[in-house]
Amino acid sequence: MNVAWAWTILVVVVGASLVVLVTRREQTYRALKDLDRRWIFLLMLLAVAIPILGELTFPEKPTGLAKAVFDEIEKLEPGDKVLMAWDYDPASEGELGPMATAFTYHCCKKGLKMYYMTIFSPVGPQMIEDAIEHVIKADFPHLEYGVDYVNLGYKSGYEGVIKVIVSNIRELYTTDHYGKSVQDIPMMRDVRNIQQMDLIINVSAGYAGLKEWVLFAATPYPDLTLVAGVTGVMAPQQYPYIPEQLRGLLGAIKGAAEYEKLVLDKYGDEDPDPKYLKGKQRMGPQLIAHMLIIVLIIVANFVYFAGKRRERA
Amino acid sequence: MKRLIPLWITAIAGIVLIASYFVPYAQGLGELTSIWFDILAGFAFILGGGNLLKVHLKKVSDKAAGWGYSVILLASFLITLFVGLGKIGVHPSPDYPDNSWSGVYNEVGSPFWWLYEYAFKPLTATMFAMLAFYIASASFRAFRAKNVEAVLLLGTAFIILLGRTFAGVWLTSWLPESLSGLKIENLSVYIMQVFNTAGSRAIIIGIALGIASTSLKVILGVDRSYLGSARSEP
Repeated sequence: MNVAWAWTILVVVVGASLVVLVTRREQTYRALKDLDRRWIFLLMLLAVAIPILGELTFPEKPTGLAKAVFDEIEKLEPGDKVLMAWDYDPASEGELGPMATAFTYHCCKKGLKMYYMTIFSPVGPQMIEDAIEHVIKADFPHLEYGVDYVNLGYKSGYEGVIKVIVSNIRELYTTDHYGKSVQDIPMMRDVRNIQQMDLIINVSAGYAGLKEWVLFAATPYPDLTLVAGVTGVMAPQQYPYIPEQLRGLLGAIKGAAEYEKLVLDKYGDEDPDPKYLKGKQRMGPQLIAHMLIIVLIIVANFVYFAGKRRERA
Repeated sequence: MKRLIPLWITAIAGIVLIASYFVPYAQGLGELTSIWFDILAGFAFILGGGNLLKVHLKKVSDKAAGWGYSVILLASFLITLFVGLGKIGVHPSPDYPDNSWSGVYNEVGSPFWWLYEYAFKPLTATMFAMLAFYIASASFRAFRAKNVEAVLLLGTAFIILLGRTFAGVWLTSWLPESLSGLKIENLSVYIMQVFNTAGSRAIIIGIALGIASTSLKVILGVDRSYLGSARSEP
């Protein structure tokens, strides 16, 4: 489904609704006043399902914050160390998975050393496994575990973990996620603390996550560079930390789609694997769902003001 | 004694952590305290599991409203715990082939992996996805342009909703470059970076001051509600 078709359908639907609204005002008012919310649920289902099934996509225009994230990774040299803090779980995978995939792809293309860890949830390591299986092992099979990337897994303690590993990572991480001693992992041998990392990339869905990385890593240790991707509800709360404590921020699917475009424009093939276009694909349903919400608010206010007019009459 | 020891532990840990932030010589002690905290946080999982069992077993035994859901929760909890801790169906690690428990608990194809992949993952994703339906319903029932503040809020919401999609770019693409600041996508960024940042900073500073004052009350033993009593001494 192309953009022209999508707009034609939208214009027809909105136009037809307005015609009904004007010509059958009284009936429309009564129907909308007592509208069963299951109709709204059905509309939302269609607003999400149709763009997914019709593979509706739109062009993306990267904003400054997405460019800032991209540029921070671009500054790094092959072999530089990047801490990949994957602080999310399956509930937020739909929103954060695409940017996590794009981050991993970008780091692999740059030849960076990737240190994965999570403090958010005991299911965080599975999110790391997804990145390793679907990106590193699938498209970069030459990269070796323990040499180019390592999965340090989950540690309980929330911000307490950050407080310890900024000065001594060995106190908490004696083995990797699979139980292998860090002494036997070549890329861990010279790592004493995370101040040695050239960049921290955090994908965060809540507590413990980005705010804790800002408060307990980037703020007390200003030499640490932090970029992040967060859910839509979290993004507004993180803006106060930009640009000093947080160099760049991807907000939800929109941020992921913008960052994907930047990465694919520079490193992508002519026909990139669909897994690297998940952000762009998910912007289709987001657009239609946002439009539906706007229409619902307008209609609800029409009902509200019509009701008030009737009360006065 | 039952109350005195926790009070002293809290006071010492709090003072050490504050000191370690400002005094370089106390950093080692701060690190030690943080490690203790991380170990205790690990034990909290056991306490949490025990509490979950206690609450739901009581609900089932009392046949309280919705006790059937508690049965499902308990069964799911115990099955997952058994399969995960017992590493059921997991192959030994190649490094330790003689040790049957040396494999990874979530090995692909194992029962634990299966539970995660086909039960936990879709269930939690479904719960999160349901938000879209509730937001749609709330947008129809709650947002009313009742006064000036509500109109401002609605206007901002429209700009952000449009600015977070291609619709915003398309709707104002006709504006000349000299008026690019009025393009919806740019307006949306401006609202987030100026109005939102200013408001958020004020809230963050307020919260931080509140946390500092509450923390001091806890460290000094004035607020003892965390010990299980609602009473706090003035």
